[in-house]
Amino acid sequence: MALALLRRRPSDIPLARDPSGRFLVWITALMVYLAGLALAGALTVSDMARRWDSGLAGGLTVQIAPLPTSASATPMVPPPVAPLPVAPLDERVEAALTILRSAPGVKSARALTSADTARLLEPWLGPEAADPLLPMPRLIDVVTDGPVDVAGLVDRLKSAAPGATLDDHAVWLADLRSFTGAVHLAALALVALIGGAGVMSVVFSVRAGLAIHRHVVELLHLMGATDRYIARQFERHVVGLSLRGGLVGLGLAVATLVGVRHAAHGLRASLLPDLTLAVWQWAALGLVPLAAALLALLTARWTVLRTLEAMP
Amino acid sequence: MIRFEHVGLRYGVESEVLRDISFTLTPGSFHFMTGASGAGKSSLLKLMYLAHRPSRGIITLFGRDMSRVTRAELPELRRQIGVVFQDFALLDHLSALDNVALPLRMAGATDTDTVEHCTEILRWVGLGHHLHAKPSTLSGGQQQRVAIARSVINRPRLLLADEPTGNVDDGIGMRLLYLFEELHKLGTTVVIATHNETLIRRFNHPRLHLDGGRLQVVPAAAARGG
Repeated sequence: MALALLRRRPSDIPLARDPSGRFLVWITALMVYLAGLALAGALTVSDMARRWDSGLAGGLTVQIAPLPTSASATPMVPPPVAPLPVAPLDERVEAALTILRSAPGVKSARALTSADTARLLEPWLGPEAADPLLPMPRLIDVVTDGPVDVAGLVDRLKSAAPGATLDDHAVWLADLRSFTGAVHLAALALVALIGGAGVMSVVFSVRAGLAIHRHVVELLHLMGATDRYIARQFERHVVGLSLRGGLVGLGLAVATLVGVRHAAHGLRASLLPDLTLAVWQWAALGLVPLAAALLALLTARWTVLRTLEAMP
Repeated sequence: MIRFEHVGLRYGVESEVLRDISFTLTPGSFHFMTGASGAGKSSLLKLMYLAHRPSRGIITLFGRDMSRVTRAELPELRRQIGVVFQDFALLDHLSALDNVALPLRMAGATDTDTVEHCTEILRWVGLGHHLHAKPSTLSGGQQQRVAIARSVINRPRLLLADEPTGNVDDGIGMRLLYLFEELHKLGTTVVIATHNETLIRRFNHPRLHLDGGRLQVVPAAAARGG
């Protein structure tokens, strides 16, 4: 009998009957849903940025543009001043490779094939990127293992391989890092806003509960209840509601992420980042309802104690 | 135990409902509190169970000057006072057992001990078959017995009762008074506000008689005579 009584021990304050309880469940569900999506977005962007960063840092890219040569292009009307003869593209690539491989700080230099280039351009141009009639530049992937004199290298490349340009990715990396920082800040601001709204909801709900059950609270005080004892009644109630709402919100967020990932898989030549989350990232998402419940607990405690302080 | 010195109480800007109240209750004493309706019995009890602070005067309770007691110290003092409220003040959503258990839970008793003690005292007041009944399903007399069981469950040093026999027949009323007598013999200080002259005559104790907000202490022998 005693065990049955222990299991069914009710709260001293009849908070379960309050209409604000239902409201708090759905508010929490919505907030956890939005916070979950914001977190997943931030994690995805972080992953994407890390992949790009590790791919771009410690490397250079040399691009050699296809220029008209004396063999490939004969103008109908000869120009007044004859241009300097330009070597074929493959010869210029070989010349650039020779210069790059002898440059201090360069570990390796590898020319991408036309097929490689076409594959890189496929997301923008589609399968037509592999058309041999399309004038495609040749790319050289350079891996560095020390400081490189970029300006000197550019001069030597331009003289040995006309049409060559060198990209040290500095601008890309700076933009990427700035973009990632902005996304993180936006996610943080969103989570802070959601948290703020959550805190306000709990404050409202707890204050309403205190007002509705003021006579019970006064009675408990007269019987010797401490403010902390009364606060615990509210904490238990609010944490229960928040966990229930949080699990609903988490379920909806997971369903949304799975749905978006499924839809992204259907896109041909997708430009979207990979939306797959690692196990630890799913675990981080699973912590969102717990964080919401903890925030609700602390808010309820603070609100009750502050309000009761004003009572006689 | 309890000393009131020139205590006055007023609500807001109204005139005083209690005027210049002075008396001392020694530990383990038993007093009836009498007086017509509106004489100030409930107000005096509220001062004694620390629901209000006096407008003037000094109240000393358990050796503590109440004007110097902080808000944080009040719960500890209140847990030493058992109160039977005139309207019972039971919590409708809780069973009889959970209502009685409240003071023990506030004092930090374990659930097992709480259930055991509450079951025992509810059986003693004749409600052994109503442990899980909600107050709304109990009669007025049964509710009153739950309220009394709650007030004495943690063996208070001071027991205050506002018309505790008002809703029960004479037999049960007598039985409840014997319960209070038992607690009194165990050292509890008891003050019972009542209009029931039969009980006052049957149990020979001094009276705190209120008339128009003023208090007169009537000794036991005089109470028997009067």
